[in-house]
Order: sequence, then C-alpha cells, then structure tokens
Amino acid sequence: MTDHRPTEAVEAVDAVDGITGDDVLVADQTGAALPAAGGDGEPVRTLWSDAWREMRHRPLFWVALALILLVVTMAAFPSLFTARDPLYCQLSDSRLPPSAEHIFGTDTQGCDVYARTIYGARASVLVGVFTTLVCTLIGGFIGTVSAFYGGFLDTLLSRVGEIFFAIPTLLGGIVILYSLPNEPNSPFLLVVGKVVLALSVLGWPSLARIMRSSVLQVKPHDYVQAARALGASPWRIITSHILPNAVAPVTVVATINLGVYIAVEATLSFLGIGLQPPAISWGIAISEASGIGYITAAPHMLLFPSLFLSLTVLAFIMLGEVVRDALDPKLR
Amino acid sequence: MGTYILRRLLQMIPVIIGATFLIFTLVYALPGEPWEGRCGERPCPDSYIAKFKTEYNLDKPLLVQYALYLGKLVRGDLGTNFYGNTVVSELAVRYPTTITLAAIAVTVTIVIGISAGILSGIKRGSWIDSLVTVSTLVVISIPIFVIGSLAQFTVLKLDLNDYIPVTASAGTFHQLILPGFVLGSLSVAYVARLTRSNLAENLRADYVRTAKAKGLTRARTINVHTLRNSMIPVITFIGYDIGNLMGGAIVTERIFNINGIGGFIFNAINTSDGVSVVGAVTVLVLIYLLMNLIVDVLYGVLDPRISHD
Repeated sequence: MTDHRPTEAVEAVDAVDGITGDDVLVADQTGAALPAAGGDGEPVRTLWSDAWREMRHRPLFWVALALILLVVTMAAFPSLFTARDPLYCQLSDSRLPPSAEHIFGTDTQGCDVYARTIYGARASVLVGVFTTLVCTLIGGFIGTVSAFYGGFLDTLLSRVGEIFFAIPTLLGGIVILYSLPNEPNSPFLLVVGKVVLALSVLGWPSLARIMRSSVLQVKPHDYVQAARALGASPWRIITSHILPNAVAPVTVVATINLGVYIAVEATLSFLGIGLQPPAISWGIAISEASGIGYITAAPHMLLFPSLFLSLTVLAFIMLGEVVRDALDPKLR
Repeated sequence: MGTYILRRLLQMIPVIIGATFLIFTLVYALPGEPWEGRCGERPCPDSYIAKFKTEYNLDKPLLVQYALYLGKLVRGDLGTNFYGNTVVSELAVRYPTTITLAAIAVTVTIVIGISAGILSGIKRGSWIDSLVTVSTLVVISIPIFVIGSLAQFTVLKLDLNDYIPVTASAGTFHQLILPGFVLGSLSVAYVARLTRSNLAENLRADYVRTAKAKGLTRARTINVHTLRNSMIPVITFIGYDIGNLMGGAIVTERIFNINGIGGFIFNAINTSDGVSVVGAVTVLVLIYLLMNLIVDVLYGVLDPRISHD
C-alpha cells in the first residue's frame, strides 16, 4: 500500500488488501524493547532516528514543514500578517482588483481579500487539527484494545467500526451537520466544534483499522511475550512495548488525513452546510467567489483563498508521504 | 467461491441496517426538533409538525420508529417534502443526468488514470514518472470545487466556451463533458498512483525475474505477467470510488449548475428542504453500500487466490 487515498475509498482498498495479506508499513522492532543494539558507544538507532536521517535530506520535507508552520502561525496570530480588520468592509469598494492598498483585491462586500484569507486559516487549522486529534485518540484506542484483547470485543468493535465506515464522509457530514443547525449568532468555536464532531464520527474507524492491524503485527513478538511472562500489566505492555512499535502507520495516515479533513471542511462550507457566514473560512470565500459572473469579473476573489487552501492541504499530504517513505524500508 | 460470496452478502446486512439506523438516529432522535429546517426559510406550521410526527411515528419508542422507517425505505418511500412532492419522484426525474455525468467521470478515470499509471510504473524514475507523481499529488491536494472553478475560468479566458460549455443546465452529453472531467480528476490521480505503485511492486516480484531469466521480452513480461494482477486493486478501487464520486457530484453539479441528484441535494440544503436532503443522501449511501458489495464479489471472481478460502 504505497498510496494514500482519503478516508473511505482508501480504507475500502485497505480492507481488500487485508484479504491478501496486510501491507501496512511495519515498524522495525527497535523501539523501547531492544535498547542500545550497538553496545559499544554507538548511538541508539531507533525507527524514528533512522526516519529523521532519511527525511532531513529531502527538500520536500522542509518545504512541507515550512508551509505548515506558516499556516499554523497565520491561524494563531493573524494580526502578525495584516493590520487590517477582516470584518471592516466598505460596499463602495466592492470587487476591486488587486492594488497597493488591497494586495489581493476586495470581495463583493468590499472586504479585503488578503485579510480574510489570512484570518480564514484559523477555521481550517482548527478543524483539521482537532478532527485528527479526536480521530487518532478514539481510533487508536479502539484499534489497540480490539487487537490486544481480541475475541468477542474485537469482533464487536470491528463490526461497529464497519458501520460508521460504510458512510462516505461527505455524505455523512451533510446529514449530521444538517441535523445540527446553527443560529446566525452561534459562537465560532461551537460551529467549528460541530464540524469536528461530524468529521470525527465518520473518521475514527479508518484509524482504528490501521492501528488494529499494526498492533496485531507487533503483538506476537517475543519481547511482548517476555514482558507478559514477567508479569507486566496490560497497560504497561501496551504503552511501553506495543505502542512505540505500532504508531508509525497511524502517524502517517493521521498526517495525510489532516490535510484531507481540511479539504472536506472547505467542501462542506462551500456547499453551505459546514461553517457559515459571518464565520471567515476559505471554503466560504471560495463559495462566494464561484459562479460564472464572478469568475470572469473578479478572479482574484477565487484565486487567493483557493491557493492558500490547496497549499495547506498539499503541505500535510506531502509531509505524510515523506514520513511514510522514510519509515517504509521497502521503498528504499 | 460460493461460500465467499454468501459470506460477503451476510456481512453486508448488518452494515446496511447499522448505517441506516445511524442516519435515522442522527436525523430524528437527536435532541431538538427534527422538523426544523424542513419547511423552507420559515418556521413549520403546526399542521405540518403534527403530520410530520405521525409520518415518522415520533411518539413511539426509538426502535419501533426505526423499524417503521426501515419498512418505508424498503418499499421505496423516502418521504414527501414540504412542497408536497415525494423525494422518489424528484430523484426519478434527475438520475439520468447524474448517471451520464458519473459515466463520463469513470471513463476518464479508467482511460487517463490507468495509462498514466502504466507509463510511470514501467519507466520508474524517468521524467514521465516524476511528472505523473507530482501532477497527481497536486490534483489530490486541490479540492474539487477549486478544480471546477479553475476549469471554468480557463475555458472562459481562452474563449473556448462555444466548444466546451461551462454550464450544463440542460444536461446534454456535450455539456456534461467538462463537468465529467472535473468530477473524475481526483480519481484519475488516485488510479494513476495506485496503478503505478502496484505495477512497480509486481515488476520486482520473483516470478517476473524468472520470466526475464527465461528470456521473455520485456513487453511480454509486462503484459502477461504483471498487468493483469496489478489491475485487480485498481478495478476494485474504481468500484469503491463510486461512493466518492457521488459526494463529488454534489459539488460538481452545484458549480456547473447541473440539475441532477447532486444539484437537487445542494438546492435542498440551501432552501432548508430537510426531507429531500436526508432522503436523497440516504439513497446515495445505499447505492454506495451496494457498489461495495458488488466490488467485493467481483474481487472474489478476479483474484483466484480468494476462491479457495
């Protein structure tokens, strides 16, 4: 499986792969269990230090990292990038082309596109980061528990996951968000929270599956059996022996999914069901700028938010791919 | 083989029941008033609320509500919206357009995606490989609504809109060509990458080395020994992808002003016609599940290793 595909379609193929033999990246068993392989002064080589050695020579890694840092700074401190108030709009300035005063031009309401593009980063980053966090925690926990304990619990959790998994993210997102309507004056974080909730409800099974299959691969190893024989508690076995050797695939997929969630959020907002005005978001900006009339009359309204959105998504996907290439020994 | 298909069929039943139950609970059993946002841009009149309550049996226990809802679903009753039209009749007028659109998208995916993937998989490391890898990554990162708007923009700028229409309100085949390419673009990228990685992996397999050692030509090793088995995951991916295509169709049909199922859902969202939103999306989810089932069965047919379990 040397390809990422967003959520359900990806996982559908993964599920098929599961039949013929799992192809998820397997972590080297050089984690916590086998400390200091070279005893004579050689530094300990772990999976992650190997990966780091590999990654730091890839320009793509640094490009992706720089882009991500830039976007996260934008989301956290938008006022560093612009002194203009994104909510200050003058109708008389409607749809001005880029100029010295408005470097990205203005939109239909006469708002500054540059300021709104900068402030728009916050919604995307919040949705992406929180959805990824929630999905990884829930999915990781459920995947680990079902693989570690197996039996009935595993069957039950896998079946439940399958049900959530069976609903395509965008379609499910529409149904869930339609059932959680916003008031025009709902606070921004509540609106973001609803989108995070919708995407997490549909997103956790993909990570649970990956976590489950990598824990299953680590579980039969001797050092896990040894720890068990020595009387280590399940908690200790999982946290210090299994997880360090099983998190690599989930890390990769979670990074890539972060980008995908940002794209889905923008799509939902574009359709008018994710974030809604007066919230500032790239999806809303693009939605307002699309339409044949606007595209020809004011292409700048479409271009700049689209560019920022695409670059952000690209950065996370690129980072995930670079990390995967570095972790997967088969590709070397 | 027979047992495999039977097992898949049986596994599908709980998933369908679970998925519909999930949608039902989310829509009708969440706290709040489920009829909200179903009467256009105004509060629901009392008569409609009363009708809604009886129609969805909201005074009965949840499981009974769900069972009655499932019964209606099986009979093809998706509800009647506030304007008095049944959702089924609304969908019946529109589905040919959406099917044409999806067919164009799938054709584009198969033709362009697979050829690009084969080219770059065979010549791994060449400039054409780099071109395919980089361009597919870019396409994957650009959300479909941006691709659609950019496509319209390019066509209008180049003044080609007489040949390539940028709106498709009539839904003729000619008008649906550009939307079809836009809808298929993401799948093209995934299929190209999937084909490439499968081909490259299989070309390193032992049996390929054996074939080479026997003195077979490169063309024969690729055509006979690698292409067929590299295609298995690609074909199944295309099958699963139909579910994503339907999500993408909502966006594409909104951009190109197409009056298909996607455009219907978009309009229903924006006119607060909740009955139509939920009904139409449920149909799409069911179609997606059905496609998955077909692909699973097909997988058993395509991959001889499956037949023996």
